[in-house]
Amino acid sequence: MEHAIGSIAQIPPGEGRNFDVGGLRVAVFHTRSGKVFATQADCPHRGGPLADGLTDEDSVVCPLHDRVYAFATGAGIGTDCSIATYAVRVDQGTILLQT
Amino acid sequence: MAKQSPKQSLVVVGNGMAGARAMEEVLARGGADMFDITMFGEEPYGNYNRIMLSNVLSGVQHSSEIFINPVSWYEENGIALHLGAKVTGIDRASRMVQSADGTRARYDVLLIATGSRAFIPPMNGLNKANGVMKDGIFGFRTIDDCDAIVATAKASRRAVVIGGGLLGLEAARGLLNHGCEVHVVHIGKHLMEAQLDTTGGGMLRAAMQKMGVHIHLEHATDEILGEDRVTGLRFKDGSTLECDMVVVAAGIRPNAEIGRSAGLTVERAIVVDNHMRSVDDMNVYVVGECAQHRGKVYGLVAPLWDQAKVFADQVTRANRDAAYHGSKLATKLKVMGVELASMGLTEPEDERDEVIQFSEARHGTYKKLIVREGRLVGAMLMGDISKAAYLMQAFDRDSPLPDERLSLLFDLGTPAQKVTLDEMPADAQVCNCNGVTKAAIGACVAGGARTPKAVMGATRAGMGCGSCKSLVGEVVAWFCGGAAEEDPSVHYYVPSIPLAKPELVAAIRAQNLRSVSAVFAALAVDGKPDAASKPALASLLITLWDDAYEDERDARFINDRVHANIQKDGTFSVVPEMKGGVTTPDELMRIAQVAVKYNVPLVKLTGGQRIDLVGIAKEDLPRVWADLDMPAGSAWGKSYRTCKSCIGTEFCRFGLGDSMGLAAKIETKFRGIDSPGKLKLATAGCPRNCSEAMVKDVGAVAIGDDRWEIYVGGAAGSQVRKGDVLCTVTGEDAVMRITGRFMQWYRENAKFKERTHTFIERMGIERARAVVVDDSDGIAAALDAAMDASCAVTRDVWRERSAPKTAHQFASLIPAE
Repeated sequence: MEHAIGSIAQIPPGEGRNFDVGGLRVAVFHTRSGKVFATQADCPHRGGPLADGLTDEDSVVCPLHDRVYAFATGAGIGTDCSIATYAVRVDQGTILLQT
Repeated sequence: MAKQSPKQSLVVVGNGMAGARAMEEVLARGGADMFDITMFGEEPYGNYNRIMLSNVLSGVQHSSEIFINPVSWYEENGIALHLGAKVTGIDRASRMVQSADGTRARYDVLLIATGSRAFIPPMNGLNKANGVMKDGIFGFRTIDDCDAIVATAKASRRAVVIGGGLLGLEAARGLLNHGCEVHVVHIGKHLMEAQLDTTGGGMLRAAMQKMGVHIHLEHATDEILGEDRVTGLRFKDGSTLECDMVVVAAGIRPNAEIGRSAGLTVERAIVVDNHMRSVDDMNVYVVGECAQHRGKVYGLVAPLWDQAKVFADQVTRANRDAAYHGSKLATKLKVMGVELASMGLTEPEDERDEVIQFSEARHGTYKKLIVREGRLVGAMLMGDISKAAYLMQAFDRDSPLPDERLSLLFDLGTPAQKVTLDEMPADAQVCNCNGVTKAAIGACVAGGARTPKAVMGATRAGMGCGSCKSLVGEVVAWFCGGAAEEDPSVHYYVPSIPLAKPELVAAIRAQNLRSVSAVFAALAVDGKPDAASKPALASLLITLWDDAYEDERDARFINDRVHANIQKDGTFSVVPEMKGGVTTPDELMRIAQVAVKYNVPLVKLTGGQRIDLVGIAKEDLPRVWADLDMPAGSAWGKSYRTCKSCIGTEFCRFGLGDSMGLAAKIETKFRGIDSPGKLKLATAGCPRNCSEAMVKDVGAVAIGDDRWEIYVGGAAGSQVRKGDVLCTVTGEDAVMRITGRFMQWYRENAKFKERTHTFIERMGIERARAVVVDDSDGIAAALDAAMDASCAVTRDVWRERSAPKTAHQFASLIPAE
């Protein structure tokens, strides 16, 4: 189902934030070019908070041990781990997340 | 059964180094068009380099760094991979393999590559009452073993390794790094009997004892003491040794049971012919440590690579003449920092055998050769292994040795390296781990790879144990006619922008680029941001532009976004400023109140003479800072961190200079300035150096009469290096000026994350002295001005508590609306 989880203004460009979506923690990222992506909150490697990671247009780097994940697929880059992703879009400034 | 696919089905039991390497060889021979490949692995991981587990144990490498083939490699090559799936049965009549998780796979061709496991010798009291092994006892064979050993070692006072062979000594070396007392218990008369004789073993023992490892020879373990958890060992002679953990490295045993249950001939391992095929079944092949060929079972990688090639040649029909004729074992290794090479016999066995030896115990050098009828049948080299490559080749080919025996041990009138490479035969192996010959490197260079990095990537030479990397570089240079091209990217300041730091600085200034996103747009190859490059660029821009820098918080590591140091559970540590380690009762009371109010799980003194409040939730940071009402200690970033001090002249009866006062001045001035790497300083009131100023990035040591020695490039972290004396100056003002000037020179010229100890070795202390003290380049005034400008605009970032910089800056979870 689709959840309206709030305004995109809550996520500064280039950063991520964790949202509580009905008890599920989801990391939502807002790239500098305006794209949004959503992934599981914790890195599968050692549980690092992905929303605190460095990002670019395609990927996020876990802040604990630099594991890199592709936003589009959740696939690990140079690592065996991979993460779950969620469909997400912005409509009139509101983030709409599919779970 | 009717075939569904025109391809044959190839099933591999075992996903270790042998199984995966065999598949690489099959794919390299066009095997993807011939076979549907299915692999079963008992471990839940892709394929990793087991040789490197000793590095993981010692903390030199993370376990994620030793993977050879990640899971994606299997996908890309169309291999169906079943992980965590131990194969429990092979039905040769129906050609069916079944695993513990219920998966079944039919094969036309089966490869067994189950390797081996740690051998746990029979000991009393090994198990708990319920039959499970007692806690605190480990094998040393897998990533999971390593992780478990590391976790336990951290909390252990004393660790015992059973087994004084190569594996045991590597385990001992790794354990030393985790701070526990390490004992090696060995049943034999000397260490590493397979590779060394009594003299060599004795020298190795001395070297290890010097490093703090306790060695117990001729001790057979009779009983493991302790109820459910090991508390000690009892030996056959009745003596005991208390300990908190035991690592058993007493050898390996082939995992051959699967062969026995399938009705294959198994002696010590599964018996194969020269094609690596089971002697009982045309469709079943075996490679690696679970295979027995001509009565021999091998436990090293080089034979395994040869076996994998023969298997692949046979199964793909690329070369039906391919055959394995056994391997002569020669190894080069480094044990506890001692370089060793060993091959063949360790003692003469025949009257004809001639022994040539040299020993110099003081330098830990020992060389011994055993020659039979002019041919090398055994050799060991310790300490100096410069002749190893030549001897290993002579041993491997059984080639005649020169009459001048001394030249076998030493380079007499050393021929130039170039001559040696000219003479090196084309089929000589350069990389023993991956079986890469001089000719293979030549072919790769001819194919366009002109850098050592490119050649290593393509051939995997140097990618095993890494000991041949420099030789690979030399061979590449030789093929390039003396000058290998350097990979230019090693000089880039960040990976995504093809410019070294000076050119990058020039471009940023010329184009007036003041934010990280502007730098990417103007200078990155594709104009796009790159996550990994952001913090390095942010650091550089701050140094260049001071307050004219456009602060984009997404460009900064999380620590610099929230001004605290992230911990492994996602909480943060908070370190308030405490100038020179000096505090007051009032500050201590506030810190204590905060610790109570926020239920801070850990209050810890840091190495920088400050107090660390560890385990604070992100959302509590602003309130913690407000309640502390102290400035930030800048303990989280690549920046000026701290200046330690001793009590100097105030109370100390030896003090020659006011180290506390000077430290406070340094802290006040340089607090929080960004830099390429951490800057940790100290001041010492006399050369007794209680504050350890000689091993700091910058340290000032009072020597009397208001004179101070300034040390730079010291380190006492992962590297330990005594700093170099930059100069001796008179007066605290001069200390402040030289300190600031040196740090600014470092800020402008160092690579990102390059600490001063590396920087000073790269630049040279003479160069540092010329620029910073003697102003050889005429830039001293400019450096001073730049540093003053940076200091002037540095603010206490904890003030962001009342004026957050970004939306939800300190939120760790935002409720959905």
